[in-house]
Amino acid sequence: MKKEFKIISDLIENNTRVLDVGCGDGTLMKYLKDKKSVDTRGLEISKKNVQDCTSKGLSVIEGNAEKDLHQFPNLSFDYVVLSQTLQAFLDPENVISELLRIGKKAIVTIPNFGYWKVRLHLLLKGTMPITKNLPNEWYNTPNLHMCTIKDFVNYCNRKNIKINSSNLSYKNLFSQLGIFVIEK
Amino acid sequence: MNNIEKVKTLIIDEPLKLDCGQTISNFPLAYETYGTLNEKKDNAILVFHALSGDQFVTGTNPITNKSGWWSYLVGPGKAIDTNKFFIICANVIGGCMGSYGPSSIDQKTNKTIGTNFPVITINDMVNAQYNLLNFFKIDKLFSVTGGSMGGMQALQFVANFPDKTKTAIPIACTASHSAQNIALNELGRQAIMADKNWNNGNYFNTESSPNNGLAVARMAAHITYLSKKSLEDKFGRKLQERDSLKFSFDADFQIESYLRHQGNAFVDRFDANSYLYITRAMDYFDLIKQYKGNLSNAFKNSKTKFFIISFTSDWLYPTLENKEVVIALNAAGANVGFIEINSDKGHDSFLLDVPDFLSSVRNFLEANY
Repeated sequence: MKKEFKIISDLIENNTRVLDVGCGDGTLMKYLKDKKSVDTRGLEISKKNVQDCTSKGLSVIEGNAEKDLHQFPNLSFDYVVLSQTLQAFLDPENVISELLRIGKKAIVTIPNFGYWKVRLHLLLKGTMPITKNLPNEWYNTPNLHMCTIKDFVNYCNRKNIKINSSNLSYKNLFSQLGIFVIEK
Repeated sequence: MNNIEKVKTLIIDEPLKLDCGQTISNFPLAYETYGTLNEKKDNAILVFHALSGDQFVTGTNPITNKSGWWSYLVGPGKAIDTNKFFIICANVIGGCMGSYGPSSIDQKTNKTIGTNFPVITINDMVNAQYNLLNFFKIDKLFSVTGGSMGGMQALQFVANFPDKTKTAIPIACTASHSAQNIALNELGRQAIMADKNWNNGNYFNTESSPNNGLAVARMAAHITYLSKKSLEDKFGRKLQERDSLKFSFDADFQIESYLRHQGNAFVDRFDANSYLYITRAMDYFDLIKQYKGNLSNAFKNSKTKFFIISFTSDWLYPTLENKEVVIALNAAGANVGFIEINSDKGHDSFLLDVPDFLSSVRNFLEANY
């Protein structure tokens, strides 16, 4: 399991209810279910991934986070997880408000465009950065709304979204990934 | 062995109050089972059949000598593995494969009941079949499943008996029969009623049944089970055993010949009055209205784990209607998974060899057993 999921699972208490938005093949959900007795649900856009999740005994709904989050009632989960997909949405602002409507807390991770390697790539090569977390070319990337850790913090401040204290320390320059626990 | 002996029948003593207000009792429910009920009695799956189905899910149907309607899905080593699970399926009341229906004989008059049979609902069908649990002394089913009208029954079952099944797999169905589907059913009914042999449902005392009407009803319905693409791929404009158009109303095209065959084969195994009653039950199905406009209330107390399946090319029970059920389940905080299977075979996909569908059902059952 990738390190990001380990960090996310450490942020989640045992016996809670978690919705994993864009749950992929269900690796994180399965871990939370088995190790932390978490009651998990997933939303996933890929049919293949939904199949994989089903064979793991996970309850996953095939759907699109931008269209299908409305079906979940207010505060129906303790945590809603969104791992590295915020930047791919047409309307990330709406998705964030949905996450905070459905979950008492939301755990959001973003590939950090302020990471020093990203900055250096753009500075020295003059082309769009390609890194481990940003592997695509500008013309085929699914990412529409890249931001930096600092951008995300600024956004939360502007929208009066509380960044939970259990968040990782704030490392705009040195982290490839920003991991935030936020609540309304 | 005559046909009657090939049909297992349970006589339901307990009175059943129907939605129409009438009460029926001492009526037959024909059923079939596959596999073995284990000692803990926790491996039973109740399968609900669709409009034209019956209790003979798999293997060879002893009445028609054709393969059971869900042979791709159910059987030894298959997705619903009869080596592992105990499968029960009953002919719905209103049907014509041994359960109480319009072709049953009225003991008092010694005549077929015909249209004196009460109008029944999906709810009535499910309540009648619930007696099978008592009969087999099963406290809780492992699963309930079915496609189309079978899926509607699965939804109704969980709504009526929230703690009587561990899992449920409603397939290609809806919580509320749409205007389009009512319209299509009405087309079929009117075709039957327009056949003078129908005779207000009293055709059993005469030599001839409304076969033409029933065949047309089946032809029209059959089109709705397919998709434009599957028709195009299978038939296109191919001609039937001829090189050129005959400038007549013969079946010039293969699709015409195919539909005529479907219609004619159907009348050999299906009763026209049953077709009226069962389509009516489907039209009356509205779980949303039954729960005062909020479908979530139907599943409020359910601990059942749901897996909803739809098909991309199904325009009869489209993904959108299946998703409404998913949304309602989520709103009720129920445990639900959902997948839309890629298939260009239309509504019939749930009966056919669609590998992603078969593996989805297999994976769900195996992961939860």
